[in-house]
Amino acid sequence: MSGITPSQTVGPYFAYGLTPTKRYDWSDAFSNNLITPDAVGEKIRVEGIVRDGDGAVIPDAMIEIWQADGQGRYITPVAGEAKPNTAFRGFGRCGTDQDGYYSFDTVKPGAVAGPDGKMQAPHIVVCYFSRGLLTHLFTRIYFSDEASNATDPTLAQVPEERRFTLIAKKDNRPGVYTFNIRPQGDDDETVFFDI
Amino acid sequence: MTLVYPKESMIVHPAHLSPEYRSTVKRSPKKPLIIVKHTMSELTGPVYGNEAVNAGDEDLTKQHKGEPIGERIIVHGRVLDEDMRPVPNTLVELWQANACGRYIHVVDQHPAPLDPNFTGAGRATTDKDGYYRFVTIKPGAYPWGNHPNAWRPAHIHFSLFGHSFLSRLVTQMYFPGDPLFPYDPIFNAVKDANARARMICSFDLEHTIPDWALCYKFDFVLRGRNATPMEH
Repeated sequence: MSGITPSQTVGPYFAYGLTPTKRYDWSDAFSNNLITPDAVGEKIRVEGIVRDGDGAVIPDAMIEIWQADGQGRYITPVAGEAKPNTAFRGFGRCGTDQDGYYSFDTVKPGAVAGPDGKMQAPHIVVCYFSRGLLTHLFTRIYFSDEASNATDPTLAQVPEERRFTLIAKKDNRPGVYTFNIRPQGDDDETVFFDI
Repeated sequence: MTLVYPKESMIVHPAHLSPEYRSTVKRSPKKPLIIVKHTMSELTGPVYGNEAVNAGDEDLTKQHKGEPIGERIIVHGRVLDEDMRPVPNTLVELWQANACGRYIHVVDQHPAPLDPNFTGAGRATTDKDGYYRFVTIKPGAYPWGNHPNAWRPAHIHFSLFGHSFLSRLVTQMYFPGDPLFPYDPIFNAVKDANARARMICSFDLEHTIPDWALCYKFDFVLRGRNATPMEH
C-alpha cells in the first residue's frame, strides 16, 4: 500500500476538539494570539470575515497561520538558517464565529528569502479548512503597506487583477489589517495555491 | 535530511468540488489554484510534540468521573512519510462522536443521547518510531442532511502536522466492513479505491487486550519524501 493518506473534510463539529476556546470541556493546544512577551517586532492584528459563494458567512471554518518572527526567522528553520532567539512560535489557529469572523494577534513577520535567494515580501502562510471543503486550501497574507509586494516572486505568479485578494488592508485602527477570505466568489475569490 | 513534496502525491485527495457532498458546491474555489514554487515558508512548519499534550489526553475514557458508555477500543499505529519512515514527536489530534453517534458540539441536534462521561476529543504525540496510541469508544454512525436518509459511516476525525506546512493533514478514519461506505459522498469523494482503503483501519487481534478492549491499527502517510532517495 503506497501513497499518502487522503484528506477528508474537517466537518461541522471540529470546534470542541480543535478550537474549544473555553466553550467546551477541553483544553486549547493553540490559540489565535501568537504574541509572546519577548516577541520582537510590530504587534499587529489580522482579522476578517469568511464568506461562501453566495456571500453567506461561514461560521464553521478554521484558519491556521504560519509565519516567521519579526526578524524573518522561522522557528523550524531549514538547514543553515538562524533560529529565532525568542519564544515566538509562529503558529496560530482560529475558528470562525457565527458571524464568520476570525482574528489573529501576532507580530508582523520580517522578510524571508525566496527559493532563488531573492527576498520575499513579508507574508503569513495560511491553511484554510471548513465544512464542505474536502481538502484544505493554502493561501498567503501580504500587507498593504509593504512596497516590496511589487517584487515578491510569489505575487508575481498571480494574475494582477487577483493579487488584491492576498493583501491585508491596513485599517484606520493602529496595527489592524483586514483580510477577508472568500473560498468561492467572482472577482473577489481568494487566490489559493497549488503547492 | 531535506524533504521534497512532489505534487503527484496530492492526486489521491478529493476534488474540492464534489457535488454529491452538497456543501462543497458553494464552498469550493471556482477558479484554478495557482501553481507556485515552494519557498522556506512552506518547507518549514509548526512542530508540536509533547509540550502540546497533557497527561491522559490520549485516553478518552478517563476524562470524566465515570466511564463512557460504548465499546472501548484502542486505536494505534504509526505516522510515516512517503518513504515509510517514521515521523517522530509529532502531534496527533482526534475528535469524534460518542457511541450513539452524537457530538457534543452545540450544532449537533441529532436526537441521540449525549454521554456526560465522554467529550470525544484527544491528543497524542508520536514516539521516536512514529508510534501513537489512543484509548477511546467506538463512535456510532449518525444521520446528516446531505440527502434523504443520509448517514455517515462511523469515523474518527484526525489532524496531523508532520515535518512542514505542506505535510498538514486533516482526515477521517473509518472502520472495516461498514455497510454505509457505498452511500457516503465524503468517503467516496476519494476516487481511487486503494486510496479509500487507506482511510480504513484494520482490526488488530494481536494488540487486543483480553477481557478489556478490541484494537484497531491505523497508519498515516503524510506528504514528504527524501530529496535524495536510496537506491533500490
